[in-house]
Amino acid sequence: MASVTIQAVKKRFGATDILHGVDISIADGSFTVLVGPSGCGKSTLLRMIAGLEEITDGEIRIGDKRVNDLPPKERDIAMVFQNYALYPHMTVRDNMAFSLMLAKEDQATIDSKVGRAAEILALGALLDRYPRQLSGGQRQRVAMGRAIVRDPQVFLFDEPLSNLDAKLRVAMRSEIKELHQRLKTTSIYVTHDQIEAMTMGDKIVVMRDGRIEQTGSPLDLYDHPANQFVAGFIGSPSMNFLPGTLRRSGDALRVELSDGTQLDAPQQVGGMDGQPIIFGTRPEHLRLVSSDGARGAIPSRVVVMEPSGMDTFVACRHEGVDLAAIFRERHDFAPGSTIHLQPDMSCAHLFHAETGQRLAA
Amino acid sequence: MSSDAKAVNTATAESADSTGMSFLETNRRKIFATYLPLGGFLFVLLFPFYWMGITAFKPNNELLSREGNPFWVNSPTLAHVKKLLFDTAYPEWMWNTVLVSVTSTFFSLAASVFAAYAIERLRFSGAKQVGLAIFLAYLVPPSILFIPLASVVFQLGLFDTRLALILTYPTFLIPFCTWLLMGYFRSIPFELEECALIDGASRWQILTKIVLPLAVPGLISAGIFAFTLSWNEFIYALTFVSSSELKTLPVGVVTELVEGDVYHWGSLMAGALFGSLPVAFIYSFFVEYYVSGMTGSVKE
Ligand SMILES: Nc1ncnc2c1ncn2[C@@H]1O[C@H](COP(=O)(O)OP(=O)(O)OP(=O)(O)O)[C@@H](O)[C@H]1O
Ligand SMILES: [Mg+2]
Repeated sequence: MASVTIQAVKKRFGATDILHGVDISIADGSFTVLVGPSGCGKSTLLRMIAGLEEITDGEIRIGDKRVNDLPPKERDIAMVFQNYALYPHMTVRDNMAFSLMLAKEDQATIDSKVGRAAEILALGALLDRYPRQLSGGQRQRVAMGRAIVRDPQVFLFDEPLSNLDAKLRVAMRSEIKELHQRLKTTSIYVTHDQIEAMTMGDKIVVMRDGRIEQTGSPLDLYDHPANQFVAGFIGSPSMNFLPGTLRRSGDALRVELSDGTQLDAPQQVGGMDGQPIIFGTRPEHLRLVSSDGARGAIPSRVVVMEPSGMDTFVACRHEGVDLAAIFRERHDFAPGSTIHLQPDMSCAHLFHAETGQRLAA
Repeated sequence: MSSDAKAVNTATAESADSTGMSFLETNRRKIFATYLPLGGFLFVLLFPFYWMGITAFKPNNELLSREGNPFWVNSPTLAHVKKLLFDTAYPEWMWNTVLVSVTSTFFSLAASVFAAYAIERLRFSGAKQVGLAIFLAYLVPPSILFIPLASVVFQLGLFDTRLALILTYPTFLIPFCTWLLMGYFRSIPFELEECALIDGASRWQILTKIVLPLAVPGLISAGIFAFTLSWNEFIYALTFVSSSELKTLPVGVVTELVEGDVYHWGSLMAGALFGSLPVAFIYSFFVEYYVSGMTGSVKE
């Protein structure tokens, strides 16, 4: 096991800059998730750590060793690919033993290591099958088995679950997490699915367009997003954003929405009186209040109701802006009717209208 | 996917098809839509072989007579075969052809594997242009190329040797096989090689342990093609070799069994018949691989 340090790493393909200087330090034994929208450069960064892409600028260290110029096999890493990349002409056993055979391990060691990995992943009965004879989830497990047998310093995962159906994905998610708790090998996991990121990571790195937007623990990102992008990206259904204006009168700080609704600001934040801001509130922080003008309630027109049994999701519109709310209770609103939603201001987020940065306290 | 699994797949697909659709088809429709056109094709394709077969065993008087049924042999004879085997250098021609085809096919395949892999996967600068150049080289017709090649062969002192053919056949075999294999290698997912790279394989190990085993259908179809092309090759064999005992089958048969305007039809046909048997045999043996090599893709 080892830590991974990424310092000012840049990547250029021809004339296009893909990564613009990325710094991440990954602690020994941690499970770090790189998350971001498609095309933001997550896979590229992971492949640079693996040694499959050249590092244009900056430095990557695994443990204390600078690996910029090391070929993949000398980096002591294992990678699980999105489409598994199992060798189609080899049995499960040979797939898992391939790296050990290349390393010229003796047969007894190979057998015991493959046997142990097969036991961990419950692959024992499948060892003599070919990849084409396996289901998606089984292939996924073989791909992980192939990584495990090598007992590497670092596991790299590139969207390993995205080819699986929803149910299996949830099951494999906990399986991978459990595996990490058991083996405690430093893992770097790439996904564009924020739920995967939230549920699996010790630490999440949110990327956009080749830059890091925020790094932190899942709940940290959820509770204190550094900017509007992270706030909107993390959490499902995603955060509501309403344009508003900051109103300061003496010590009192209020947010005025475009229709004149007045909301008490959560805590003291910087910003001048009259400054345009974006007010963010999560769907679960909206409370239903009676219509006759409860203070700080947002009048919203119901568009769609989506009861899921466990909770009720209501899509509304306020002043032309979409607003989503989630209630634990069951409700039945007629589409088109108006309800009043009161945001929990202690969990509200204020962002700069232009830069999207969180307003500093 | 290996051939057996593919065979099973196509078989199940076919049977599913035929049971699924068959209720729409009356027997009569089937005859008109399927068997009649198929029969027509078969007749056109196989008739020359039939003609070749009966001519080889027809006595000369029957061959030249205008009476009787020309499509049947009344008193078959082995005279033509005997003449072919014992009065001409036919066994040597056969041996020459086998030797030249096998060695040139082997060398061409080996060279093409390296060329195709390098062009497809090593991504050196100019790989694309090299690929294109190889294709263009294939487009130059042998009927033009044999003139400069003849001068090369002469200057190397190889005229009238088997080596002249073994060395010149790759000029059209390598471009052809390289192109076929490039397409095949392209269908092997990149991740497999990257994964092998991380697993600790060298380029050579990736080629021999991952790429080649997956490219077997492609190799076989390239091999069959190369073998057939060199087996049937005529122009180079005609120009670069003159001694009777060094000739290849196609050249030997037409140069030595046609004397002036006398065609030894029986022996000619017998020679052609025996000459086409090995190729037909190889085709039938590998046809499964061959088809999957042409449509080729590796699925996990
Ligand atoms: N070999 C390459 N040559 C040129 N551009 C590339 C190359 N590989 C990737 N890119 C570009 O780099 C950017 C980042 O690609 P990358 O694959 O890292 O995205 P990603 O974050 O993994 O997205 P996804 O979630 O869709 O996998 C993309 O805009 C892509 O077009
Ligand atoms: Mg990706």
